Amino acid sequence: MQAGAGKTTRRELLTAIGMMGGTFALYQAMTTMGHAAETQFAGPPNLKGARPGASVIVLGAGLAGMLAAFELRKAGYKVRILEYQARAGGRNWSLYGGDTYTELGGATQKVGFAPGNYLNPGPWRIPHHHRTLLHYCKQFGVALEPFIQFNHNAFVHHADAFGGRPVHFREAAADFEGGVAELLGKAIDQKALDQEIKAEDKEMLLEALRGWGMLDQDMKYARNLRSAEHRGYERPPGGGVNGAPIPSNIFDFHDVLASQVWKNMAFFMNHEMQTTMFQPVGGMGMIGKAFARQVEPLITHNAKVTKIFQDRSGVKVTYKDTSTGAVSDAHADFCVCTIPLGVLNQIDKNLSPKLQAAIQAVPYSNSVKIGLEMRRRFWEEDYSIYGGHSFTSQDISLISYPNNHLFGDGPAVLLGAFASGLGGYRLAGMTPEQRIETALAQGSIFHPDSYRKEFMNGASVAWNRVPWTLGCCARWNEDTRKEHYQTLVAVDDRVVLAGEHASYVGCWMEGALLSSIDAITRLHARALEA
Amino acid sequence: MKSLMVSAAVVTAMAVVVPPASARPAPPAGPAQERGDSAGNSTLLKPPETGEQVYRQVCQACHMADGKGGTGAATIPALAGNPRLASPAYPIMLVVRGRGAMPSLTDLLGPPQIAAVATYVRTHFGNSYTAPVTVEEVKPFLPARK
Repeated sequence: MQAGAGKTTRRELLTAIGMMGGTFALYQAMTTMGHAAETQFAGPPNLKGARPGASVIVLGAGLAGMLAAFELRKAGYKVRILEYQARAGGRNWSLYGGDTYTELGGATQKVGFAPGNYLNPGPWRIPHHHRTLLHYCKQFGVALEPFIQFNHNAFVHHADAFGGRPVHFREAAADFEGGVAELLGKAIDQKALDQEIKAEDKEMLLEALRGWGMLDQDMKYARNLRSAEHRGYERPPGGGVNGAPIPSNIFDFHDVLASQVWKNMAFFMNHEMQTTMFQPVGGMGMIGKAFARQVEPLITHNAKVTKIFQDRSGVKVTYKDTSTGAVSDAHADFCVCTIPLGVLNQIDKNLSPKLQAAIQAVPYSNSVKIGLEMRRRFWEEDYSIYGGHSFTSQDISLISYPNNHLFGDGPAVLLGAFASGLGGYRLAGMTPEQRIETALAQGSIFHPDSYRKEFMNGASVAWNRVPWTLGCCARWNEDTRKEHYQTLVAVDDRVVLAGEHASYVGCWMEGALLSSIDAITRLHARALEA
Repeated sequence: MKSLMVSAAVVTAMAVVVPPASARPAPPAGPAQERGDSAGNSTLLKPPETGEQVYRQVCQACHMADGKGGTGAATIPALAGNPRLASPAYPIMLVVRGRGAMPSLTDLLGPPQIAAVATYVRTHFGNSYTAPVTVEEVKPFLPARK
């Protein structure tokens, strides 16, 4: 650090502390209005007053790294970013026609999508309460459009239910709720719950069950025009002579349970998954591109970090230029390291032993996404499905329909797999060609007449084989949180870690940004102290 | 309200044909895993059994079909011609506990599958440690059930 700046240090430190207090006070004010808080974001950090000449090196040009660079440069630091890839954005990424992607193991895919079509290998949907991300999208000029998260007219398929035939989410969910309402009504009627519920609440609950579950006047869930209002009609309401609707048959309750539609219903209730959700116009990668426009002159690309060394005088980062093989050192007073933990774990570094142990303790999840380009939007034209997901118990787990250019002519890309767990490993272990074939075979369960017929080309990303992450996201559990999280996020002398792995919003871009703001705020305070 | 929800679940369970409590899937052992974005669904896949099946369906995702791993910003270690496989404890420990980016795989693989795949990698990809790895050798590495 610079000598001779001591006179202003204390005041600057107090400013920094006051700013942090201010942030917390604002956060408290936001949470004490009686609403459940939706975010910890209280506005951009507004760091000020870096010591003249003070410098920070940022490792990784993903969202966390680029935000750190953007805000620290504003605060007055000399900032430089080292990035392994030729592209900025990190896991915020879209693959377009003409792109080439080589995974670990050497398989190379040339993406053949038509102009405007894309696959988002990583993040693909943004919750409305991810306010940090939404804030910077607006600031950096990223246009957003709705992401159609919830579609009653898409399908659920489970090999053990309905003879292996997909059914509409609407039908299965309505029958689950109707069936549960009827059973609970019976239990109340048989006085099984008299110990549990007051007499006046009993009446309200019975009314609720009748209304919510679409039960008839006898508290039965049955084939009639009431249940049809939720699950759909055999003949929907029309005009003229045959205008009168005909109700649909309800499913056997065993099949409804076996379909595990409740898992999909519960999924949509998750806070992160609740509507409204968004996506950038033109692909998720637009966010990374917009961040990069702010900081591109600071980025050194194709830089493979091989050593991170800190001492009393500063931080020295050794990196290799992957195109020329040249090895260089970069020096700075401080370092914000956003390298994914599985990669960072293998880099030679002299961080504290506790931090090294924390870095080594967190494994990464797997995930496979497959984009399939189809000649026409048969899901819209033939099935009235506009966005949303059809769920399956097969490896691919779901297919998801595009949310943009609805009613368009010409080719469109649907998501043919979003696999994790065993299905994710199985798909990742395949060649790109085998993945496409598997996605076509399994996705055909939903659209047997059109899936293969309309298929043009596809692309896949298996996160286990992504050369710059070796996995999808940090996978914490309650034990590792307890043992390592506070160590992982603490400033280690001159180095601080940031990224989704250093947050409790794991695997989301919002987590990367919240982590970054918190990390640079504390690093700035540390820099003023030094 | 909580007791009401519990009762509703119990009533639902009683009124339809479900397996007795003992036959229902137990909640996963070990600490609760966090999830990020996910498909919102559960799959029903036949788990791999033999050593070769486990390798092809799980390990190969990272270590590659030829067992040679790969290098990018960091390295997925090769299993091919890997002298560390001389000790059965090495593959068992990694599969059970994970290391770095590699997770513990005990949520996917039971002791027989772990023994089978340890045997498989020790006898393929240029490795010739022919003594089969047994379930008894795996057991000491498993975490004690809470």
